Amino acid sequence: MSAHDLYRAEDVHFDVDAATIIERLGDVLSGESLIVHESGMRPYECDGLAAYKQLPLAVAIPENVEQVRGVLRVCSELNVPIVARGSGTSLSGGSLPHPQGIVLSMAKFNRIREVDPRRRIARVEPGVRNLAITEAAAPHGLYYAPDPSSQIACSIGGNVSENAGGVHCLKYGLTVHNVLSVTAVTIDGEIVRIGSEAPDSVGYDLLALFHGSEGMLAVITEITVQLLANPLTKQVLMASFDDVEAGGHTVAAIIAAGIVPGGLEMMDGLAIQAAEDFVHAGYDTEAAAILICELDGSETEVADQLEAVQGIMRDNGATRIQVAETDDDKARFWAGRKAAFPAVGRVSPDYYCMDGTIPRKQLAYVLRRISEMSAEYGLQTPNVFHAGDGNLHPLILFDGNAPGQLEKAEELGSRILQLCVEVGGTVTGEHGVGMEKINEMCVQFQPDELEQFHAIKSAFDPARILNPGKAVPTLNRCAEFGRLHVHQGQLPHPELERF
Amino acid sequence: MAKDEDLTEGITEAVRDAVEAGTPLCIRGGGTKDFYGRAGSGEPLNTTAHRGIVNYEPTELVLTARAGTPLLEIERALAAEGQMLSFEPPHFDGEEAATLGGAVACGLSGPRRAFGGALRDMVLGTRVINGRGKVLRFGGEVMKNVAGYDVSRLMAGALGTLGVILEVSLKVLPRPPAENSLTLECPPEDTFARAEGWLRQGIPVSGTFHDGQHLHVRLSGTESAVESGTRAVGGERVDDAPAFWRRVRDQQLPFFDTESGPPLWRIALPPGSELPAIEGPCALEWAGKLAWVRSGASPGDIRHEAERLGGHATLFRGGDREGDIFHPLSKTVAALHERLKASFDPDGIFNPGRLYNGL
Repeated sequence: MSAHDLYRAEDVHFDVDAATIIERLGDVLSGESLIVHESGMRPYECDGLAAYKQLPLAVAIPENVEQVRGVLRVCSELNVPIVARGSGTSLSGGSLPHPQGIVLSMAKFNRIREVDPRRRIARVEPGVRNLAITEAAAPHGLYYAPDPSSQIACSIGGNVSENAGGVHCLKYGLTVHNVLSVTAVTIDGEIVRIGSEAPDSVGYDLLALFHGSEGMLAVITEITVQLLANPLTKQVLMASFDDVEAGGHTVAAIIAAGIVPGGLEMMDGLAIQAAEDFVHAGYDTEAAAILICELDGSETEVADQLEAVQGIMRDNGATRIQVAETDDDKARFWAGRKAAFPAVGRVSPDYYCMDGTIPRKQLAYVLRRISEMSAEYGLQTPNVFHAGDGNLHPLILFDGNAPGQLEKAEELGSRILQLCVEVGGTVTGEHGVGMEKINEMCVQFQPDELEQFHAIKSAFDPARILNPGKAVPTLNRCAEFGRLHVHQGQLPHPELERF
Repeated sequence: MAKDEDLTEGITEAVRDAVEAGTPLCIRGGGTKDFYGRAGSGEPLNTTAHRGIVNYEPTELVLTARAGTPLLEIERALAAEGQMLSFEPPHFDGEEAATLGGAVACGLSGPRRAFGGALRDMVLGTRVINGRGKVLRFGGEVMKNVAGYDVSRLMAGALGTLGVILEVSLKVLPRPPAENSLTLECPPEDTFARAEGWLRQGIPVSGTFHDGQHLHVRLSGTESAVESGTRAVGGERVDDAPAFWRRVRDQQLPFFDTESGPPLWRIALPPGSELPAIEGPCALEWAGKLAWVRSGASPGDIRHEAERLGGHATLFRGGDREGDIFHPLSKTVAALHERLKASFDPDGIFNPGRLYNGL
């Protein structure tokens, strides 16, 4: 369990009768598509953020759009919360069940409906795994660009709901840049098509609004994505630095030179050590930071850029530069970075992954502050960093069985996120707010902004039954959080009445 | 050059007064896109004096500027650092007048759109005034940000109907070091296949324009990539290519002249679509995903044809500006638009009817 209460009183005001709900859903779904027993619901009690657990009243696993419509209509009529769920890999508790609601699992929507290699388009159901799209496209020399680290498991529907990123975002964009259209069911059970295969959607850009909306606006039943042609050449190089600042300067200099690498990742000393111990990637464990840079494009282009990047690395004080000579080398250079989370998982009973984004020029300051704050709490925090786009993943190590450590880790995490906001960044780059960062939203946004978010939500879901209590905090929650967290000597919302 | 000034307070006051009095506002920047959308109405609210680049960090690839800042000023600041607005926003008849706010409100992108992303793709953050007279900030100056709904991108193409844009943060990109443009004989219906073939060979195509006879292709990238691309594409070199692509972007070619002749339709098409069977001259951009058609055919027929092909049609210039300009929405989507509009602008004071009648 988390150290603090998850849902607040105003989030659980629904007047529901489990028996009625189950009976009515039984009219829509067949036996095995509706789970009501505790043992069957256990696997749904949490997502990738396992510290937060909650059983729902029932789990609905529809097989077709008609059933999704039916479930939404029943829940609308009975005013029952709905938490849509893909693969359940969210790291922010986005698909944490609601105690008075149902989980709507889209797991059976797992078909790839069409891969059109000529037009570089794939039409898929939301439960399809991210990597499965690339696998289906691969025989045609194509791939789907966004590649969150959970891509082997996470669903494309979840990717849209969280606007998932990955290690290639700087050059190839986020989910929102790679999805052409979605079909969704509104809370009234109506089917809407948002966006189109043709460029520039008609009217308001609802497609953008749906990305990262965390299941709060509608339920997605089909997604059309664009595919990219595999780069003709790829090259990977890795540089070591004596301090992280030099690594940060190198990143800035690469971009100033007009080069946008396909991937640009940094790891600090603690993360390097954990990764090296785990996968033996040949990482330089003496280094304070390593920078992994992937260049892609035509052969001549990559050759030109490789030379330029090596020069920049040397000029900025790289103590060692390794250029991958074989495909095995490339895979090896990436292996440590891609295994960073499980590697850290090996050295600590538990870890808590943060997801702030910061302006890159603040990197050295932020890492120093994280290290100081970690020391204050007696915890260690290795860092992996999507250096190209400023997305920082500090991994707070703790032992959930040691009394008080979870609370400490959560508090440190919250302070790290507030630090990200302070330096002009955001509390979440790609993992979503979910339940996890809902309090920190009060630091990033003013009450008027939160009210606008709530108004948008109500435009799609007037009864506010889609994923209630997540993503956008109530002003009451913020008032309470503000009492606990005085920010730079000032309450975040001095204009609110305090009790 | 006019001086940089932050007029947030004055504009907010004007909005609050308008809300109180129930006076509709017609938000206007440089006026270069007055022709676009349905006919404007309401008290003019000019944002051009609210101008200036607030922050530009070349190595972070981010620029923030006030809405009234001329695009040209932004483009020059970027060029000085070897960078650019990759979506090439049109300036139309006002090379110097077109503003950032207007560009974002209209959401229009230029020739590079199909190869480097749309305006909306590059929007990272905004400051806006909503219809309650509140100044709100969404998004920010970082590439990855999923805190809260993506209101910033929603402003792109909303034609000012959701709020007054005060400030915008954009992702900017390095300007490719080399560029070359070529023109070749090519049937218009082959545009997609040709462009796609080049892209898959790693040829850095950054713009296509088919005038009905000739396909013009722009390559932008490293010296070596442009050089080898030039050899692979063949054809004749385009003289003064930057000026040519500016004329495409700003619709300064005779094809676009609607002083006389039938209206100009903009038809967005899925990749690899056949050409719309609409009477009248047709020009193609974006590897065939955008058709410009000069046609006096009935709007109903044109929209029907666009829909048949999986696209959508906008009456871009000319024709009846009081009627439907943008492709009609389905009933359910229209209802969502109305509720979304009301969530930002409950009294309906921002650019009423500019996007759709009643919105």
